[in-house]
Amino acid sequence: MQQSPNSSRRQFLGLAGGAAVLGVVPIVTVRPAEATPAMLAAAIRNVAGGAAVKTGKVKLDIPPLVENGNTVPLTVSVAHPMAPEDHVVSIHLFNEKNPQPNIGNFHLGPHNGRAQVSTRIRLADSQKVVAIAKLSDGSFWSASVDVVVTLAACTEEVI
Amino acid sequence: MASALINVPAKAKRGDIIEIKTLMSHIMETGYRHTASGEVVPRDIITSFTCRFNGNEIFRADLFPAVAANPFFSFFTTATESGKFEFEWIGDKGFSETASASISVE
Repeated sequence: MQQSPNSSRRQFLGLAGGAAVLGVVPIVTVRPAEATPAMLAAAIRNVAGGAAVKTGKVKLDIPPLVENGNTVPLTVSVAHPMAPEDHVVSIHLFNEKNPQPNIGNFHLGPHNGRAQVSTRIRLADSQKVVAIAKLSDGSFWSASVDVVVTLAACTEEVI
Repeated sequence: MASALINVPAKAKRGDIIEIKTLMSHIMETGYRHTASGEVVPRDIITSFTCRFNGNEIFRADLFPAVAANPFFSFFTTATESGKFEFEWIGDKGFSETASASISVE
């Protein structure tokens, strides 16, 4: 007789848990003025397609304190061989709080010899910048850096 | 007037990994800025950059408004043979520019 209340409690909790999972279906109707961590996660899912993104291999060089968000130099390098059978396929850059979560996609191949790309980006706010590398074996690796921006990009008025 | 700056070594040894740097002058208007009267300034960005060596694509980038004005890219390639790098930028409002650079590999 001790068993039955316990098991029904378990069933109840199981059902409640299932209902909670079903209930958390995000419905985005209005595009927010700036990207949110949820949009960042969605943009990463678009690239990774649900595959696990592991931390490591990728090195993201970006100044941690930026005076002018209009041009922020950055370098992404991936510590991985660039052999025909095993190489870096692409590098993707994301941000957390710009109006769009994407910054750029870079498509590479074994002929590159070294998986390293530099460019200059805009940051509209102090935020996290994420770099993700896709390898030819289908695995994804990432690195992220928190950047503090004193003068934000994109917000000033055009005269 | 659009103009490109390209930095490719003129000579390289076979098998060397060389760095290529490119810069294209472009406003990269994000489409998120407003004029003083509140109108949105329409987006005008470069959306795609491609580098080909002797006709084969070796590097391609998809650009978003978060790329800074006058897009700069630096990337690497292995010198295998003498030939010509061709660079192509494509963007909004029919923007299309090309540039090229030659390398001799010994």
